[in-house]
Amino acid sequence: MHKANQELRRVGTLRLFFILWLVLSRKATLPATAQPHGRPMIPASFDYHSPTSLDEALSLLKTHGFEAKILTGGQSLLPMMKLRLAEPAHIIDLNGIPGLSYIRRESGQLLIGALTREADVEASDLVRQHLPILHDTGKHIADPQVRNLGTLGGNLAHGDPGNDHPATMMALGARVAVAGPGGPRTIRVHDFFVGFFETALADDEILTEIRIPLPPPGSGGAYLKLERKVGDYATVGVAAQVTLDGAGRCVRAGIGLTNVSHVPVHAAEAEARLAGSALAEADLGAAAELAAAASEPSSDLRGPQEYKRAMVRVLTRRALRIAVERARS
Amino acid sequence: MATRTITVDVNGQSHTLDVEPRLLLVHLIRDVLKLTGTHIGCDTSHCGACTVLVDGKSIKSCTLLAVQAGGKSIQTIEGLAEGGSLHPLQEGFHEMHGLQCGFCTPGMILRAVELLKKNASPTEDDIRWGISGNLCRCTGYVNIVKAIQYAADKMREQDVAETPA
Repeated sequence: MHKANQELRRVGTLRLFFILWLVLSRKATLPATAQPHGRPMIPASFDYHSPTSLDEALSLLKTHGFEAKILTGGQSLLPMMKLRLAEPAHIIDLNGIPGLSYIRRESGQLLIGALTREADVEASDLVRQHLPILHDTGKHIADPQVRNLGTLGGNLAHGDPGNDHPATMMALGARVAVAGPGGPRTIRVHDFFVGFFETALADDEILTEIRIPLPPPGSGGAYLKLERKVGDYATVGVAAQVTLDGAGRCVRAGIGLTNVSHVPVHAAEAEARLAGSALAEADLGAAAELAAAASEPSSDLRGPQEYKRAMVRVLTRRALRIAVERARS
Repeated sequence: MATRTITVDVNGQSHTLDVEPRLLLVHLIRDVLKLTGTHIGCDTSHCGACTVLVDGKSIKSCTLLAVQAGGKSIQTIEGLAEGGSLHPLQEGFHEMHGLQCGFCTPGMILRAVELLKKNASPTEDDIRWGISGNLCRCTGYVNIVKAIQYAADKMREQDVAETPA
């Protein structure tokens, strides 16, 4: 298992070189086009489907299986298609299906429809009030134009360990609701990310909703992202959420890490270290060490492994301090 | 691959077109409709030069399929001036020297249209955060920020002037 992980990390490191090679080699071999200035980056041909109901989308997905890709915001998928890293034969565009974009409070949970745009998450008073950690996360994703299109559901379903929401959803203990031919089911976010760009979704299933348990009073959380520039993937991202009891002791801690392994990382040992503690500086420091130990970053243009692991330690401590402060206020 | 027939409203003019599903909105705007004020910079949704408004929301038109814009209303830089007079943002970029080479300008301006619609009195931080998805490689952003502040002031004055007493 460890060897397999190492192999996947190596693949992660090679991702950028693979993209470069693809772009350069294709530039040399693609036929000239009608563009007067250079060659445009355009996706390979595909059949476009725009279902107007979830059932229709599911039946299209059943027919075309792994040859089809679901399109929502398209802010990750379209760049991959333009770079020809993805060449799906069928695109199933969910944007014509009504009723998949909402943020509402229901039976102790915050329910977010899979097609809800990042910009709506960022602007939501419900999110700001109950889940400051999610507000933090939303405003650090890509840039304003990308957030106008990108969806929370897509950010999770894409399975990219560099995406920001997975860590936050782990810290919050969220679940995702999924529709498929076998009927609906829910999956814990902790069980959702099974490999590099691989999720627990079957080829014929669609993520429909994110369900976040509303944190009880005495809770607080924060997401911190170290990035080279706005719009970049995190060098390191840390999501931390804590709940205190009346005496100020930690009754629950959630910690997730972004872009420091081939999958989003759930720092379970760090969480366990905090549970029952008074959340003193020494407790936060010990949890930060455990989070750093749980990370498996690879060296790339964003920095060497040692640096990233050190940044996990620093950011975990800082995120926890903010989380505790918010929980106490 | 089968083409799709879409109808789009671009700068108030309706167009019905057959498009290949893989056609990107920016290519529809530039190559089909010949509105070349919308620029292609990075082609990887980083630089914001291709920013246009779709139903009033600023988006990067290199990362949206033309078919997805079917039935929607698109505004490009060509549609901003009304009756021969410049939009306050265009005037601001002129007055405050908000451009040098001008390549990023159409995207900057359209992004700023949405920014000012949502926040009529932005602080400098709001503006810098608001244009964080638009890259300029020559001005250093200082005059771009001033240009947007100029437009915000002017648009607030106009709003006051137009409000019936």
